[in-house]
Amino acid sequence: MARVGVFVCFCGANIADYVDVPQVVEEVKRIKEVKYAVEYKYMCSDPGQGMIRDAIVQHKLTSIVVAACSPRMHEKTFRKALSDAGMNPYLLEVANIREHSSWVHQKDKKAATDKAMDLCRMAVAKSIANEQLHEISVPVTKRALVIGGGIAGIQAALDIADARIPVVLVEKSPSIGGKMAQLDETFPTLDCSQCILTPKMVDVASHPYIELIPYAEVLELQGFVGNYKVKIKKKASYVNFKTCTGCGACWQKCPVKVPNEYNLGLDKRKAIYTPFPQAVPNKPVIDAEHCTMLTKGKCGICAKVCLPGAIDYQMQDEIIEREIGAVVVATGYDMWDPKPYEEYGVGRFKDIITSLEFERMVSANGPTNGVPVRPSDGKVPKNVVFIKCVGSRDEAKGIEYCSKICCMYTTKHTILLHHKVHDSHAYVFYMDIRAAGKGYEEFVKKAQVDTAATYLRGRVSKIYKKGDKLMVRGEDAQIGQVVEVEADLVVLATAVSAPKDNPELARLLGISYDKYGYMSEAHPKLRPVETAKAGIFLAGCTQAPKDIPETVSQASACAAKVCGLFAGDTMKKDPMVSTINNEYCSGCQNCVNVCPYGAIVTDEVPVGHGSKDLRTVAKINEGVCQGCGSCVAICRSMAINLAGFTDPQIINEIVSI
Amino acid sequence: METEVKDQLVSIEKPELVAPPNWEPVIMGILCNWCSYAGSDLTGTSRIQYPPNIRIIRVPCSSRVDPWFLIKSLQTTADGVLVSGCHPGDCHYISGNYYARRRFLVTKKLLNFVGFHENRVQFSWVSAAEGPKFAKVVNKVTEDIKKLGPLHLYKKENFEKK
Repeated sequence: MARVGVFVCFCGANIADYVDVPQVVEEVKRIKEVKYAVEYKYMCSDPGQGMIRDAIVQHKLTSIVVAACSPRMHEKTFRKALSDAGMNPYLLEVANIREHSSWVHQKDKKAATDKAMDLCRMAVAKSIANEQLHEISVPVTKRALVIGGGIAGIQAALDIADARIPVVLVEKSPSIGGKMAQLDETFPTLDCSQCILTPKMVDVASHPYIELIPYAEVLELQGFVGNYKVKIKKKASYVNFKTCTGCGACWQKCPVKVPNEYNLGLDKRKAIYTPFPQAVPNKPVIDAEHCTMLTKGKCGICAKVCLPGAIDYQMQDEIIEREIGAVVVATGYDMWDPKPYEEYGVGRFKDIITSLEFERMVSANGPTNGVPVRPSDGKVPKNVVFIKCVGSRDEAKGIEYCSKICCMYTTKHTILLHHKVHDSHAYVFYMDIRAAGKGYEEFVKKAQVDTAATYLRGRVSKIYKKGDKLMVRGEDAQIGQVVEVEADLVVLATAVSAPKDNPELARLLGISYDKYGYMSEAHPKLRPVETAKAGIFLAGCTQAPKDIPETVSQASACAAKVCGLFAGDTMKKDPMVSTINNEYCSGCQNCVNVCPYGAIVTDEVPVGHGSKDLRTVAKINEGVCQGCGSCVAICRSMAINLAGFTDPQIINEIVSI
Repeated sequence: METEVKDQLVSIEKPELVAPPNWEPVIMGILCNWCSYAGSDLTGTSRIQYPPNIRIIRVPCSSRVDPWFLIKSLQTTADGVLVSGCHPGDCHYISGNYYARRRFLVTKKLLNFVGFHENRVQFSWVSAAEGPKFAKVVNKVTEDIKKLGPLHLYKKENFEKK
């Protein structure tokens, strides 16, 4: 016979003010299985837990009900109290009489008390059917996968590898570096982006614990936290990286010219190319779409000039499989395409460029060797208009959110323009200046003084051509007048948007993403780097727009989470998983089909005791099972049960009131 | 065709019976742990008031809910049942709520067919952030069940007496 102990909490006044706690205790005592019931001011406090521990021993209790706050709050606390008293922690049930009664029925004490009694009865009834459960130990594969080789992926990979945990870093383009490698200088310190980034890129390539797989993408992820299996497609580069010395003879001689992605099409690259001179790995790849040898079978110059013979036109895509324990997603962001801004003449006027194009121009290794020019005639611009919030904070044409970095990079651009073209003048159309961050506001203030840029608060309504100039018409809201500025060059501070591949990747990884396509974190405040799927973490702009310091912090946070996960040789897993009774299983395999984790497989067992004939039954891998219970409800022969939420437990709850 | 059959069946609902004075319905609320249960907790933390008729059972996922639970509730203790899970696409267990959705469409049809009013069992999506929505859902369900009155005929004791 079950001996249940019930502990009803006052929660200070939170419960006691709206529920008649002593009456609940009296009522509960009338249930015949309840051998002990008591009330206390704070059950979760140390003396409160002490009462539970003492009562377990004194009254030989077989299960415990705590009527207090939500089990999502203190279930773990009370389970620990049970363990401390030598009782199996899963013999605990929590009746949620605070969130579900006292706080929501504050005007009717009798109704709240009645409901609290019912909730206690339900918990007592359930606890009678509770069984002893034991935590499951699962082995952990101590290797991490980092998806994306921008600054977020680089930082996460380096931090994890420095803890002597092997890392597989997958990057979709031929070189790591990401967006940061395209920047000239960074706000607010005007550090040279390449100077601070490239040493880290080299560290990644030379780190003994990092396996760098460039020009590759993730195809499939299977398994569960600590025990994932990943399939990576390494795209054919047509260059054998082992023999290639990176001398550059091939791309110098290649006759095919295509727009250069690294410089956003402002200049040309060859069909065999390294994305940029500081690329890591510094080995060229052949662009199969444009190489005439691969498309038409004519040319073959690169193979002729390659002394080590590294060119291999027959190379195929390669599938690489790795066993890993955790994943860091660091896929970065895309620049938003300003096409919807037709009134600005985007696409019609050559001298309207995006901020990243401007960044490439003023960059020392850029297409114009660091001098901004007008794409139409190659002249150096004198009057440059910067328009902020192009796409950001615009529900009608763009996206609702603030992209966070545009105010700062536009300020930086006015400075860079001032540095490169001394007699230039910058005009900035802005909605607000959002400069929250260490040294940011000071940076903006100083830039405004140093560059003497004209700041105009208002939106631009139209851009039109007058001779070879662009006329920018907008509102200066501070004087309440329409203004027109004659510009040589217009720079649009385009929004940060989620990578277009994010939804597909999210589905493949089994994590969720928001309406913009950013990956969703487990909790917006308290679990910002975890996803809802255990063992998968988020770093950088893949989660939301961020600047570099924030991205780096989040990447290091991911590394800390991964190291924490890998701290022991095994992982403890919740024992609330499904179990199958072979006696009842008819082998229909409905459960195999509904299991979202592939945790159920089929097995062969003898038809009868000692029989040689076999029949098919389902078998659950408890390491993979996450305990959703889909299989339990689908099972026609009631052969499956979910520990902690068995049919008898739930039916007991239903019939108890 | 369906309606013809229905007409021949004895409806379980007894609108002609007047509910006893001060009668309050009992509603069984079966909520998934990750969205709706967390949402109902948020209703509490936000101190949003709702009728005290609902008794909440926590399950890991709405896909854990066997139609048996609904029938057992109606048969023994409850005048109505609310099952609530994560929004489509947000299931903590990837696809559980889709199974639940299909299963309850069928269950509801079946219960309706045997003579239950369609509002006796209801299904909703409440996320962990939707405290006010949970209160709204409970308000609506309670109102609906109050209109329907007590569930006399289907109760087990009535079967046993016969």
